[in-house]
Amino acid sequence: MKTLSKVYMGLVLMFLYVPIFVLIVFSFNETKSRSVFSGFTLDWYAKLFRNEVIISSLMNTIIIAVIASIAATLLGTLAAIGINSMRKVPKAIVMNITNMPIVNPEIVTGVSLMLLFVFFAARMNLEFGFVTLVIAHITFDVPYVILNVMPKFRQMDPNLFEAAQDLGCSPFTALRKVILPEIMPGVVSGFLMSFTFSLDDFVISYFTSGSTSQTLPITIYSMTRRKISPEINALSTLIFVVVVIVLVVKHIIETKQEQRNRANGGDEE
Amino acid sequence: MKKLKAFAAPYLVWMAVFIVVPLLMVAYFAFTDEEGHFTLDYIANVGQYTNIFVRSIWLAIIATVICLVLAYPVSFILSRMKKHHQGTMLMIVMLPMWMNFLLRTYAWMTLLGNNGIINNLLGMIGIGPLKLINTEGAVVLGMVYNYLPFMILPLYSVMVKIDKSLIEAASDLGCNPVSTLFRVVVPLSVPGIMSGVTMVFVPAISTFIISRMLGGGSNLLIGDLIEMQFLGNAYNPHLGAGISLVLMVIILLIMTIMNQFNPDDQVLI
Repeated sequence: MKTLSKVYMGLVLMFLYVPIFVLIVFSFNETKSRSVFSGFTLDWYAKLFRNEVIISSLMNTIIIAVIASIAATLLGTLAAIGINSMRKVPKAIVMNITNMPIVNPEIVTGVSLMLLFVFFAARMNLEFGFVTLVIAHITFDVPYVILNVMPKFRQMDPNLFEAAQDLGCSPFTALRKVILPEIMPGVVSGFLMSFTFSLDDFVISYFTSGSTSQTLPITIYSMTRRKISPEINALSTLIFVVVVIVLVVKHIIETKQEQRNRANGGDEE
Repeated sequence: MKKLKAFAAPYLVWMAVFIVVPLLMVAYFAFTDEEGHFTLDYIANVGQYTNIFVRSIWLAIIATVICLVLAYPVSFILSRMKKHHQGTMLMIVMLPMWMNFLLRTYAWMTLLGNNGIINNLLGMIGIGPLKLINTEGAVVLGMVYNYLPFMILPLYSVMVKIDKSLIEAASDLGCNPVSTLFRVVVPLSVPGIMSGVTMVFVPAISTFIISRMLGGGSNLLIGDLIEMQFLGNAYNPHLGAGISLVLMVIILLIMTIMNQFNPDDQVLI
């Protein structure tokens, strides 16, 4: 890599990371000051772990993200396979609607789902909370799965599926042996994207959660609205550490797999 | 592949109930009053907020352009790195996205505050204190910081497929680096630019948290306006729905205009 590229990447990474590192440093600060470091302490972490609201909303966030992203990946992958085999006009209609939650601002999706849930809440025994949050999360996750999977079909030779059947595969086997391996990278990135967005989502959750079921971002929001508290810094530090561990482990596993594939002559993906 | 169409069925039901119906409800609320009678009053009232609409569109455009300019070299450098370095570097670039955006925005509150670190450092060399937070600039910065990864990822995934030999061939045939960039790389990365711009512009134009946290009370955006109608003191879902509808139409218009520049016949919206 040329020097200029290295310098540029360095600057962009600095831009991305310096705010986070500042946040981390001040999680160990003795006083509440956000600009002067006066002494080392772990008090904010102790306070954080005693904060039941944060702990329970963290659990909620993880449970909702897991359920929603798995459901969305299943629903979305099946949908992508189906949509891909549709004729041009129905395909275009479905894809346009699928794109709505992405093209639409999150706030509009949130507000529209809120109106729907209010309607149901008035007529059935639906309460704002866990169920509405999961439904909302699946709804905004699925399009990302579909959009990650669909391009894989475009890159794939459409005759492969028929060729596999001509050579004696049943449609199901052809699906499993030909289509699935081709679209798998899209499925995985769709799942990861869904999971990230579910964990990270604030706006849609904000409009679809009740008082009974809060997610971590909503709790964080109410914390930032109140007075400054280094507990948020401590929480950020912990989240950052978890993210680093998860991503590094994932990366090491992927790299090892790649090396193994290459050692096997690269014939297996 | 016709037989696979049925796979989309579960999703089609989901899509109808949780995407189409809620959006129809937004439209219904926008055109009716509390008693359910047809009215254009709420849509007409949106006109009072033209200045907020103009500000939102303008700030979102600036943030999107800055993101594109910053992300384009990042994605290109990433896509030209050695394969096994690419994964690591991509992970490092995307890692901050895994932090909740409220925490990332909170980090900038810390940095930009009147007694924040930047003003403290500036003070040491005899400048300031400058008014950094609660400005339009701070809002744009928050948008760029939060949405930059959404620009990098789609650009990278398009660029990584650009064959190295195309770039070499261009320079062998007498292109200088600049014309190689604009005549080979840019045309081939247009789909990535389009989806990157979409993924940055839409959340930027409709954000209500970034403006509230970094813009203070004086830089209201469309998102703030909508939120106030649904969850704020000014509870008025009919006006809120009207504003949401206008916002959707503006975004659809801008996306349609952008689609005209897309060489592929693939539909973006």
